[in-house]
Amino acid sequence: MATTQSVNESIGKGYAALGRLGQKRMISIGVLIAVLVAFSIIVAVQHGFTLFLQRIFDGLSNGFIYAAMAMALVLIYKATTVVNFAQGEMAMFGTFIAYVFGHSLGIPTPLAIILAMLASALGAAGIERVLIRPFDPRNHLAVTIVTLGLFLILNSLAGVIWAYDNRAFPSPFPGRNRSFSVLGANLEWANLFTWLTVLAAVLLVSLLLSRTKIGLAFRSVSNSLESSELLGIHIGRTLQFGWALAAAVGTLAGTMIARTTLLEPNFMGRVLIYSFAAATLGGLDSLGGAVVAGIVIGLVQTMSGGYIGFIGSDLAPTVALVVIVAVLLVRPSGLFGSKRVERV
Amino acid sequence: MLHVDGLHASYGPIEVLHGVDFHVEVGEVVVILGANGAGKTTTLRAICQMIDTKGSIQLGGETINGRSTTEIARRGVAHVPQGRGTLTDLSVEDNLLAGAYTRKDGEVRADIDRWFTTFPRLQERRHQHAGSLSGGEQQMLAVARALMSRPKLLLLDEPSLGLAPLIVKSLFAQFAQMNQTDGLTILVVEQNANIALDIADRAYVLEAGQTVLTGTADQLRHDDAVRKAYLGY
Repeated sequence: MATTQSVNESIGKGYAALGRLGQKRMISIGVLIAVLVAFSIIVAVQHGFTLFLQRIFDGLSNGFIYAAMAMALVLIYKATTVVNFAQGEMAMFGTFIAYVFGHSLGIPTPLAIILAMLASALGAAGIERVLIRPFDPRNHLAVTIVTLGLFLILNSLAGVIWAYDNRAFPSPFPGRNRSFSVLGANLEWANLFTWLTVLAAVLLVSLLLSRTKIGLAFRSVSNSLESSELLGIHIGRTLQFGWALAAAVGTLAGTMIARTTLLEPNFMGRVLIYSFAAATLGGLDSLGGAVVAGIVIGLVQTMSGGYIGFIGSDLAPTVALVVIVAVLLVRPSGLFGSKRVERV
Repeated sequence: MLHVDGLHASYGPIEVLHGVDFHVEVGEVVVILGANGAGKTTTLRAICQMIDTKGSIQLGGETINGRSTTEIARRGVAHVPQGRGTLTDLSVEDNLLAGAYTRKDGEVRADIDRWFTTFPRLQERRHQHAGSLSGGEQQMLAVARALMSRPKLLLLDEPSLGLAPLIVKSLFAQFAQMNQTDGLTILVVEQNANIALDIADRAYVLEAGQTVLTGTADQLRHDDAVRKAYLGY
């Protein structure tokens, strides 16, 4: 009887711990929402609602790009527990490929982007096979260093091939430069299409992971390498799939933002910093978290740069760094990351 | 089916197995008994090439030393590891689907239904994160998941560990039934000698990384040394 009682007690404690964990997460999310809402009300009253709405639109347009890039980072992190520092440069390279397809070969831009996504996926699969697979997936430091090297290689390679000139990247969407008015604020059609494209990509990736066999293998490998091996899952091929998928998503993000930033070998640098912040805030291993946090970071960047005088556009990347440090200090597992209590 | 001769295995510089010999024939239930630290878990890990080994391991007449763990699993060896190897972030159902990963036939759904019938608790919790299951439920899941691959050989690493006596009893009854009705070959390592010998055809005793004794389950049950050391009377 005594053992039953103690077992019941420990089960009770386990549930209590689970409850506290959820509570802490809700508190973090609640505090974040409260701060954002308070800030919004203050600036909307002080500077007018139209400007505020305009900033929201601008923030969302950046935010969806960060969301897509953060999703690419999370895909690789989930599979390998390694942050792929070359993710931005891979996206840059993919965007150049789309540029070549569109500009030099005359393929219509939307098709050029899809082809470039396929090319990036193939390229990333090759990179995984040649540069990543020779290393033990449990050796995180080695793989991280390799991604740093890859960053430099891709960046210089793009510089050699395409030089460091700014190039205009054509918009893939209809309604060039046309916009419509929402309560006095301007929203470009192209921006709206960008949001929808990223949302569609998020939906597609989550369906791919939840409904397909390779998706099941991917989730299994990200959960436990050893168990996956015992189930006969090919680890290397599954990680390769993760790299390919992440590269395709990254190229999509690159081509979506190149329209507004101009294309040159360093153009993804800033985007990557914000996406790192988003991935960290979202919890690094949560796809949904990355998307939500990407949008939040986009909004925070635009709002802080737009309303807080001394930050402007020059100090805005610092805001991203502040977010990264703050999250790592206060909630290392991010808003949605897993730090699940397991019963044994 | 499985022939192991002069097996040595080490974790880094520390050798844990110093000559283990045993064999498992098709349709048998074989148990390896041993105290903590005798090398039972290591023996199973060695079969699946999860650690460095010397000596010969033959599966169906073919040497499998040096093959990858994935490939050995694909040859029909299902391993229920110590700690159960639950894919904690996946749902119960996805765990079972992952178990059937190597299969290409169309009967996976039917098999899932079969294990849900066998373990109704799993059906109740099919959409729950597997990490939230109790220890006993996770053990059921681990066994059902291993069997989803329709293995030729099932390796069980201390299935009784941490479970209430009643659950252990019903789990071993399941093993016995799978052996009798499906002809499933089972190799089980256990500290709980009583219950393991009940379902076993033959048994080995492992001490300090070596097989020291072998016989039919009945012979070992009546062996004085085994009785004192493992059966507790």
